[in-house]
Amino acid sequence: MNDLNRHPVYMDHAATTFMKPEVMAAMAPYFSRYFGNPSSLYRFACGSRNGVDGARRQVAAAIGANPEEVFFAAGGSEADNWAVKGAALANRERGDHIVTSAIEHHAVLHTCGWLEKQGFSVTYLPVDEFGRVDPGDVEEAITDATILVSVMTANNEIGTIQPVAAIAKVAHDHGVPFHTDAVQAIGAVPIDVERMGIDLLSLSGHKFYGPKGTGALYIRRGTRIETLIHGGGQERGRRAGTENVPGIVGLGRAIELATADIEVHNRRIAAMRDRLVRGVLGSIQDTRLNGHPTERLPNNANFSFRYVEGESILLLLDARGICASTGSACSSGSSEPSHVLLATGLSHEEAHGSLRLTLGDANTEEDVDYVLEVLPDVIGRLRRISPLTPVRARIPEVD
Amino acid sequence: MYTEKVIAEFTNPENVGEIADTDGVGEVGSPTCGDIMKIYLKVEEDRIIDARFRTFGCATAIASSSMATRMIRGMTLSDAWELSNADVVDVLGSLPEAKVHCSVLARDAIRAAINDCRTRRGLELRETGSSRCGGGTGCGSCPENG
Repeated sequence: MNDLNRHPVYMDHAATTFMKPEVMAAMAPYFSRYFGNPSSLYRFACGSRNGVDGARRQVAAAIGANPEEVFFAAGGSEADNWAVKGAALANRERGDHIVTSAIEHHAVLHTCGWLEKQGFSVTYLPVDEFGRVDPGDVEEAITDATILVSVMTANNEIGTIQPVAAIAKVAHDHGVPFHTDAVQAIGAVPIDVERMGIDLLSLSGHKFYGPKGTGALYIRRGTRIETLIHGGGQERGRRAGTENVPGIVGLGRAIELATADIEVHNRRIAAMRDRLVRGVLGSIQDTRLNGHPTERLPNNANFSFRYVEGESILLLLDARGICASTGSACSSGSSEPSHVLLATGLSHEEAHGSLRLTLGDANTEEDVDYVLEVLPDVIGRLRRISPLTPVRARIPEVD
Repeated sequence: MYTEKVIAEFTNPENVGEIADTDGVGEVGSPTCGDIMKIYLKVEEDRIIDARFRTFGCATAIASSSMATRMIRGMTLSDAWELSNADVVDVLGSLPEAKVHCSVLARDAIRAAINDCRTRRGLELRETGSSRCGGGTGCGSCPENG
């Protein structure tokens, strides 16, 4: 197969997704036809105001919320910053303690780190070997000073789904509000903020075939939270800045599509993913699947290949037209391999040798076949170069 | 991110392997750091007639290992000792700023191999002036070095 003539096999949907044509079509009129500022009084601005209101209803319907509880923001990171900083600062007189997990996205972890510098204290709960938080650990961590529990719905690297409803119940039993970063979960895990007991929920448009730079924070009515972005009176005075109307409209349409046929969609993606996992584990020895065997996002596969390093894997895959990602330090320019993989008990070597493949709507069985054809060759080549590879795993011995 | 020359050297590295009757072996790095280079030398009198390597690491580590072994073939041991990290990077073209530290291990592995060769010959070790894992390389993969 001529790799250069091949359309890239994109298996990095946890990083970002393409925008669906329906989403682009929904957005199109709001760039030029309905360009008015939703805050303006004249009737012309009604077009953009209606677009924003419609999107708010779409987001609310997708997560079981009321439209008045949905606030748009410029992405998942802003929503996480708002939720954690906003809840911490609003509850400062009540206490100064936050409970979160060791495997949160950096948008939560680094926000907690910043709050520590401001005098808050943070408990970073450990996870088991599959990346699950134990609700019992949440119970033990909560003190009289705890003002927020924040645990993600599903992990971006290993795909592990957390027992969010059970954790929320523990928090509520102690009168503590519960925030969840659901950025990776929308469209993959059915969300109902009422049933699950969620007080604050962050989401991001570009993870479910919507536009980049869009997101939302769900704030349950009555939840104490400070404003993060000060300025004009947009979003009922809680998030300043002229609305990104086309983006918001796109986010609304995207979440509607992503949550419409969630189970059918999940079955198709999970079947491909399962075949990928079986194929990789069956054809490449000294390989492990990271994350939970069953409680995981349907599109996520995360492997550790012993004796090799992730950036090298990515570049050889890229040369063959496959887009993937790794938790190795060398790929990101960060100083440490993935904090998530280390928290599940992996050694540095195993974390450096990790590969994440995340499937999406455009992937086909042929894509899975192609990865299963290329990956053993790529790992084999790097293992023949590596001094760590035992002779039994160095097959064939000579290039 | 990488130049084509680095990608080419990484994709088709030369001198991968071991030398059975080697005259000097050097190994630097650790799995924790995310890269290990092991280099084998075959030396006649004072000249390197063969150099082979095995590397665990990123594309930069593999490309610079390959390039360094190509460069020291035919060199005297004292010239090879003087081969700098910058010399290897120059021949590779350029590296992204954040990846330069990943190329340093080639120089260190060569010096370690030359010292092993000196030990086998009953000579005293030369001061390697190792630039690896002394902190401040920007690597930080080792927890102890932050």
